Amino acid sequence: MTDQRTPSALDAAPIKLSRKDFASDQEVRWCPGCGDYSILAQTQKVMPDFGVPKENIVFISGIGCSGRLPYYMNTYGFHSIHGRAPTIATGLKEARPELMVWVVTGDGDALSIGGNHILHSMRRNVDIRVVMFNNRIYGLTKGQASPTSEFGQKTKSTPSGSADYPIHPLVVALAAEASFVARAVDTQTEHLQGVLERAGFHRGSAFVEVLQNCNIFNDGAHRAFTERDVREDRQLVLEHGKPMLFGKNHDLGLRLNGVRPEIVRVGEDGITEADILVHDETSEDPTIHNMLARIYWPEFPVPIGVIRNVPRPTHDELVDAQVRDAIARQGPGDLAKVLRSGETWTVQ
Amino acid sequence: MTITKGHEVPVQELDRVTIRFAGDSGDGMQLTGTQFSRTAAVFGNDISTLPDYPAEIRAPAGSIPGVSGFQISFSSSEIHTPGDAPDVLVAMNPAALRANVRDLAPGGAIIVNSDAFTPPNLAKAGYAMNPLTDDSLRSYTVFDIPVSTLNARALDGLDMTSKQMDLTKNFFALGIMFWLYGRSMETTQAWIEEKFGGRPIVAEANRRALNAGYAFGETTEIFHTTYRVAPAHLAPGTYRNITGNEATALGQLTASKLADRQLVYASYPITPASEILHQLSGWKNFGLKTFQAEDEIAAIGAALGASYGGAMGLTGTSGPGMALKAEMLGLAVMVELPLVVIDVQRAGPSTGMPTKTEQSDLLQALFGRNGDSPIPVVAPATPAECFDYAIEAWRIALRHMTPVVYLSDAFLATGSEPWRIPELDSLPDLRVPNRTDRAGFYPYERDPETLARPWAVPGTPGLEHRIGGLEKLDVLGTISYDPDNHHRMQQLRAEKIARIARDIPPLDVFGPPEGELLILGWGSTYGAIRSAVERLQDTGRKVAHAHLRHLNPFPTNTADVVRAYDRVLIPEINMGQLRMLIRSMFLVDAEGFNLVRGKPFTISEILAKAEQVLGDPARPTR
Ligand code: SF4
Repeated sequence: MTDQRTPSALDAAPIKLSRKDFASDQEVRWCPGCGDYSILAQTQKVMPDFGVPKENIVFISGIGCSGRLPYYMNTYGFHSIHGRAPTIATGLKEARPELMVWVVTGDGDALSIGGNHILHSMRRNVDIRVVMFNNRIYGLTKGQASPTSEFGQKTKSTPSGSADYPIHPLVVALAAEASFVARAVDTQTEHLQGVLERAGFHRGSAFVEVLQNCNIFNDGAHRAFTERDVREDRQLVLEHGKPMLFGKNHDLGLRLNGVRPEIVRVGEDGITEADILVHDETSEDPTIHNMLARIYWPEFPVPIGVIRNVPRPTHDELVDAQVRDAIARQGPGDLAKVLRSGETWTVQ
Repeated sequence: MTITKGHEVPVQELDRVTIRFAGDSGDGMQLTGTQFSRTAAVFGNDISTLPDYPAEIRAPAGSIPGVSGFQISFSSSEIHTPGDAPDVLVAMNPAALRANVRDLAPGGAIIVNSDAFTPPNLAKAGYAMNPLTDDSLRSYTVFDIPVSTLNARALDGLDMTSKQMDLTKNFFALGIMFWLYGRSMETTQAWIEEKFGGRPIVAEANRRALNAGYAFGETTEIFHTTYRVAPAHLAPGTYRNITGNEATALGQLTASKLADRQLVYASYPITPASEILHQLSGWKNFGLKTFQAEDEIAAIGAALGASYGGAMGLTGTSGPGMALKAEMLGLAVMVELPLVVIDVQRAGPSTGMPTKTEQSDLLQALFGRNGDSPIPVVAPATPAECFDYAIEAWRIALRHMTPVVYLSDAFLATGSEPWRIPELDSLPDLRVPNRTDRAGFYPYERDPETLARPWAVPGTPGLEHRIGGLEKLDVLGTISYDPDNHHRMQQLRAEKIARIARDIPPLDVFGPPEGELLILGWGSTYGAIRSAVERLQDTGRKVAHAHLRHLNPFPTNTADVVRAYDRVLIPEINMGQLRMLIRSMFLVDAEGFNLVRGKPFTISEILAKAEQVLGDPARPTR
């Protein structure tokens, strides 16, 4: 392979834009109090940070409440069909690797009807940033169980309680080899901005789960660990190179007992900070990342932040390199010659 | 048998010969048939071929399901089909004989590898008695030749196992056929050199097998006549032999050159369309990109994404894949982006008979989506025409900003015929501009003539806008639930496609402009219909043939054509899909001729049906 890099939207000289450059003229129409407002606001806020002209940014969505986000972004936008946004994004990146492409999706869109496309866009390391709003319910269709709804949860479609076990979105993303995996919370705006910004600067398949509150159909789905007064005790804010400490006094930590994680208190039973796991988001080995993607409240604090971030050649770079390689090896295609390939004969 | 060196045999001149090569899938019959076809084509005959593959990749050796066949018809005059009944059957084992003998023309010749007629092989083919000795083949001329034995003898001394040697016996048979029809071995010898040059023993084995077969014909006295088929008078030009799938792939590549845009082909493997992916993925040095998607939906999604980005998004599939692509095709209608979907039709419903031909996706292509979602449909009529209609599909897609369905079928895809290679400057200019001017830009403002909307691709400053599957407000392109707007947009989408009729050639009629009978066809039935109509016209009947290549919209004169004859007959390899359209759109009492057997019509079937219709006084259409 030739080592020329495929140009990325991030390579160009940064230009100066502000948040309002990214707001479209469309009236935002989510239910009042919906977590989507905050995600939209943080998204608009971080866009200028990339220095990418807005005509080079594309938001592609599927169906669901999340699917409306592109209409509110003054960039290029494509509100597609249920679950298929990653396919359109993949084709767009194949044709136009230099564009910065975001996929906006929800738990139903990404993990139910579109599950296959999430798997394959991640494993190919297509250079897209998937932001999945996880409200653990179908909102747009008014309240049916989603693949992340809790076991036993009563919804309109599961009046006797859901008999389906929920999926762990980030475990799926890791299993699919996403090269960037992170979690944030709609109401923790600064942290959310930070995660979106990191995803934006990543090259390759980024998967961001945003825990989002649907105040109409599943109000408080994440409340137990996102309320302001309990957050510090019930969330583990991950930072690369830092020990996995949490709690109001920053003295609770995660350590491995054999292959299993356990919560310990620094200063008790002779435990020191040296016993606590140190977060390495760049580790090729995904074992700890898988553990972080799986642990959840109430057994454990809910990890938020960047779980995994590894460099890998992107799909569009690889495909582009194959084209450059073919041209280097065979010379640029000569159509007249190809039309005449194989045995030919001439009739006078 | 007596062997005398170089005995003289009389030569008989023939106008047309049809040969079927048949054997076990491992016997290399496709290769043998292809080599014979190339040689006939290079010699200057008009040719038409039809391969017949088993559906299973590895059916048990020697069994009837494992039989693979290849039919070639070559002629000194223009031909349109691979021939009704073969004149000669080359059968490499009992199963091949059993599966094909009933298709043979009466008095036809059978050449068999008698070495394969062992008791176990006879049993596998279901023969209780050996047909070579029980007189059951008495109405044919049978040449039983111990091909395996003779071939092994010719290869004696080569460093190969006897099993490896036996793999070349098809070239021995090919050598016999070359001798019998007075053909040069040069094309095949060159092919052996090219293919096995790096493996001298294999090359030598194939060369020896070929030569030994030829010499066998020359030196034995079992054949009393050899045959010559003079070159056909084809239009001047440079020719090559081409299958429909090859022509489709080449047409797509050419279209991208003519449009000066990148082609992105996204596809999921499916019989019989996969060759298109294989072909296109070998042409990366043209800058085209291919993508093997995770499923049919992802394939069309990626194609649409590429078109959204300003490339030529292309996807290809067969019937079951078409069904899966339906929702995305509807989105393409809504967002009004150019996109081409190749459907190489095969026998359905469901998985059906994947390697067998059918024309049963016509209504699916036209209507198989939710909502009123009109899509232009084109269908090539012959393997070589696949090239032209790949370009035509893109001409329509780009000029009218619409998805287009291109209907090929398994018969076109794998069949072949000589193709006159076009000069590039004779082909249409497909270039269309992207919208770049921001003054007065509205995403759904339409070209007053074609009603096409502007193609404003991401990366264009000042044209940032949002599209999607929700109904659009006329001109502005924002979301709209307004009832009158929806009605207007439905009409605009329909009118946009209807207007394409102004931009396509009229329906061409072969024969009298009015008369007793019109045979109307579409797609791969062309050859059989044309040949049958030629014969009817030779007997003085006022019979005409018209063949639709544009199935949506129809050419503007279609109504006049179908109303100009006493009777209209529509042969289709489906249950009557075009007939339904013609009857409902033009109120013409067209009759159907529908044989749905996974194989093409023969000329004589069309002829017999036409004669029956002509002889029946009932139901005049006017
Ligand atoms: S239904 Fe729920 S997710 Fe959807 S907009 Fe309303 S609050 Fe938000």
